[in-house]
Amino acid sequence: MTALASSSASRKPISFAFLAQVILIANSFIMLYPVVVMVLSAFKSTGEIFEHPFALPNFTQVGNFAKVLGETSMPTYFMNSIIVTGASIILILVLGTMAGYAVARYESRTNTFILLFFLAGLMLPLKLAVIPLFILLRDLNLLDSRWSLIVTYTAIGLPSAVFIMAGFLRSLPSELEDAARIDGASEPRIMWSVMLPLARPPMAIAAIQNAVPIWNDFFFPLVFIQTDAYKTLPQGLTTFMGEYTTDWGMLFAGLTIAAAPITLLYIALSRQFIQGMTAGAVK
Amino acid sequence: MPVSPKQARTLKHRSWVAFLVVPPIVFMSLFVVYPILSAFAYAFYEWRGMARGEFVGLANFKEVLFGATMAPTVWNAFLHNVYALIALMIIQNGGGFLLAWLLYKEPFGFRFHRVAVFVPVVLSTIIVGFLWKLFLNPNFGIINQALYSLGLDSWAKPWLGDSSTALGALILANAWHFVGFPTLVYLAGMQRIPSEIIEAARLDGTSEWQLLKNIVWPLVAPSTTILFTLLFIGAFNWFEIPYVMVGLDGSPFGTTDVLGLVFYRTAFGNQSASIQNFGLGSALATLIFLFIVVFASTLTLWLRRREIQF
Repeated sequence: MTALASSSASRKPISFAFLAQVILIANSFIMLYPVVVMVLSAFKSTGEIFEHPFALPNFTQVGNFAKVLGETSMPTYFMNSIIVTGASIILILVLGTMAGYAVARYESRTNTFILLFFLAGLMLPLKLAVIPLFILLRDLNLLDSRWSLIVTYTAIGLPSAVFIMAGFLRSLPSELEDAARIDGASEPRIMWSVMLPLARPPMAIAAIQNAVPIWNDFFFPLVFIQTDAYKTLPQGLTTFMGEYTTDWGMLFAGLTIAAAPITLLYIALSRQFIQGMTAGAVK
Repeated sequence: MPVSPKQARTLKHRSWVAFLVVPPIVFMSLFVVYPILSAFAYAFYEWRGMARGEFVGLANFKEVLFGATMAPTVWNAFLHNVYALIALMIIQNGGGFLLAWLLYKEPFGFRFHRVAVFVPVVLSTIIVGFLWKLFLNPNFGIINQALYSLGLDSWAKPWLGDSSTALGALILANAWHFVGFPTLVYLAGMQRIPSEIIEAARLDGTSEWQLLKNIVWPLVAPSTTILFTLLFIGAFNWFEIPYVMVGLDGSPFGTTDVLGLVFYRTAFGNQSASIQNFGLGSALATLIFLFIVVFASTLTLWLRRREIQF
């Protein structure tokens, strides 16, 4: 009786663990296999994709990649994505650190107001204000330029950066500042040489949290950019996919090239990516 | 009047603080506050192309909600947003919760599975949309190819061309894209539950199901609140996946039309009919915005109430 009870009690967790493994493996397969098929298909000709969709390709056959990089505008789209994402992140970090530092380190009656102001920016989806934004950018002569995207992304990313920076900077002990102040350091000097060197981790979080959506954004380029030379990767990809509709080898190679940088970066820095991208939803 | 050293110091200090806060506030005012306030104002005017015409009061709103040409499209699209919201709440957030619970026990290969589930999340929605569009191609896509090779020829369908499956296919593609996000948010929420609580329940012989239902689910309520709110906002802003996979018109026959597509067509036109109407577009955007604000804040307040402090 006792033996029976204990054996059934110990068997149950094992079978549960087994079921859990099966589900997790199946799920990881579903998550990764489409990406694998995309990469494998990029090495195939269109005929091979149609006839042997699941077969392994000849990996030395890199003609599709050479064509995408050599004969299409994909490298231009790539450069634009790097410029736009890089410039937006720099602006977000600079402006976000300025406001975050002021709110966190200096007592002021306006601090609550400033935080509420940025909180509102965090809640409002700028997508729905795209018409006035479009007209504003036209009036500023920024429409159909990379700047139209850079200022838009900075405006979207700034509130979260202010909160991340303020939250972190507030947690730093004031002894650090006071010591520097007694030594006669000026306020800008204290900020630059004493406090900011400590603030690299929250800057990394704010950068990743914003970089991924900016790199991947499609909506604002679709509305603001007409000229092919200024298109970013997601928008350029729609142009590219429209040009090569029947050449599936090219299509998969284009998708693979577009997906490669962020996927590789994610695999290398998965902990920081996960932390950064869920930062808004995890306290 | 001479300036005392103390006053000079405060002045210097004040200008330093102003130097820090003024540029970010000016930037936000210009590119967020001003456009959003204008978006409301624009909805009350008639527009000819990009030129603002007369003040027309609520006429644009009336046309969007009750007009003979626009309203049927809007309500049809709204219904699809609601379908997507409900389906994604079950598949995406519900699936994420279950996956998180399996990962929480840190089984063999835990690190691998955690990284794998988040891979699609980092990809651009455009890549995800095109990838699934190719996979769902009626003749050469791997979905139908797999069905043929399994001898299930009768199951093969033109998934995106069939009115009965197109919206479902978009929803599944979206769930594939984002299920990793609720999974890892829930996982972080579960890891914050004090382990004594779960151990104590285990010692009492609580079944797995009861543990999940009576202990874990209530204790991850803060994660649920934020995930449901984010999904709600996302579902009513849904645009990229439908745009890439079925096009601006929500083909076939408007069965995949969603508010984001209607808004884009109204405001910026499409290839077939290049009419653009900023007035109607602004009215629609304002209504979507108000709907999101009212329901999302009600939802948040309601979900907050069931959160337990520990």
